[in-house]
Amino acid sequence: MRVLPYGDRALLAEYGDAEETIAAYRALEATRPPGVVALVPAARTVLVRVEPTALTLGNAERWVRETEPIESEDDPGALVVIPVHYDGPDLSDTADLLGMSVAGLIAAHSAADWRCGFVGFSPGFGYLSAADWAHEVPRLATSRPRVPAGSVAVAAGFAGVYPRESPGGWRILGRTDADLWDVDRTPPALLIPGARVRFEAIP
Amino acid sequence: MTTSLTVIEPGALLLIEDLGRAGLEHLGVGASGASDRRALALANRLVGNPEAAAGLELLIGGAQLVFDFPAWIAVTGAWGTVIAGGRSVEPHTATRISAGESVRFGMADRGLRYLVAIRGGVEVPVVLGSRSRDTLAAIGPAPLTAGDVVPVGSEPPSPIPGVDVVPVDPPGDGTISLAVRPGPRADWFGSAARAALVSDEWTVSPRSDRTGLRLEGPALGRVIERELPSEGTVPGAIQVSSDGAPTVLGVDAPVTGGYPVIAVVIGRDLDALAQLRPGQRVRLHYE
Repeated sequence: MRVLPYGDRALLAEYGDAEETIAAYRALEATRPPGVVALVPAARTVLVRVEPTALTLGNAERWVRETEPIESEDDPGALVVIPVHYDGPDLSDTADLLGMSVAGLIAAHSAADWRCGFVGFSPGFGYLSAADWAHEVPRLATSRPRVPAGSVAVAAGFAGVYPRESPGGWRILGRTDADLWDVDRTPPALLIPGARVRFEAIP
Repeated sequence: MTTSLTVIEPGALLLIEDLGRAGLEHLGVGASGASDRRALALANRLVGNPEAAAGLELLIGGAQLVFDFPAWIAVTGAWGTVIAGGRSVEPHTATRISAGESVRFGMADRGLRYLVAIRGGVEVPVVLGSRSRDTLAAIGPAPLTAGDVVPVGSEPPSPIPGVDVVPVDPPGDGTISLAVRPGPRADWFGSAARAALVSDEWTVSPRSDRTGLRLEGPALGRVIERELPSEGTVPGAIQVSSDGAPTVLGVDAPVTGGYPVIAVVIGRDLDALAQLRPGQRVRLHYE
């Protein structure tokens, strides 16, 4: 890993891959010292924001370098099950793109052991990846101006669920009634970084 | 008895803001809050509120408000002509407004955003720990429109502080100098681009808002051209889009982004970003 500068109140820890990043994030979250005001995981990095009067950047860097990642075998984390109606508008096109049958695509998507690496794009939108999902699905050539909340979708190597209606270019495989985002709930997001996720086909 | 103000005219953009919602960045929600935090905190102190009480943030001007009770207000941030019942409301001064009297905000002469505190604070429901409107994530109270009735809280125990004058200068109208420190991807840019960032004068683009302040000037060329996987951002981060144009991220910026960050405006200078007007000149220097 490398530690990169990020102005006067943050630093950026960069890791080798997505798996190492989430393992490091979980360890940092578990040992977070006072003065860290935000830990923001992303594809390959964890942004560490500090209140410099409570924690200097030098001490924050030492903590980041000394923290051993938490591997998922040691602590698998909570499992979130998302029931899915696999009837999305892009289901059969995506199966064709991947050279699979629709049934095969549903089986692969619902069998994969997904993990939320980070949340971005919009509040509560978790980027899910899985060791047993190696499909690089191209985004739609033209984004949809409105993707309904609860749309279960894939793009690049990721899966995701749209928490709220928004524009979007991911390929929609199905929909869920699960409440992905609720500002009156703690935490408001159903999918938080580190969460394990399984999609379950509704017959 | 409940007290409230009514929006007669919202002006260019009238938002309810406090000091923001911290600690939800990992769920895709930024802090948001007043874009000029020192100005809101000062306005609140002037009327005896806690610094973090919710107030109003008005872009440029053009708003008109009426209170249904005798209110104390203080206006900070941008400087312009503010009139209440024929009297002038001086900047940085606790001012008594009679019930039914309208307060009109003229176009700002200096700076861009008025911050308005009302004794008792704006008391809309708290969403995720804050009353702030996040304009990008669409979280918190909607931008105010004509006819909106905004509840105001009861008076705090602390009195109006007995100060006659708060010596704070108006926002500068010339070239503004901002201090930066290196960003995580400074090495993605050539030495000419890194030098241009701090040697050239930049112009604030009219395509600027609470999510980001776009700077017009020379294109900043990259030496590393590959795609950057999304990474966390902070307000003040200067990200450079594919056309070479720098954007200084604002309080409502997305919490992750895929453009390389060449430098970061230091914390002390963030509030100044809120008051930069389109066309105004900016110089950056390394701290």
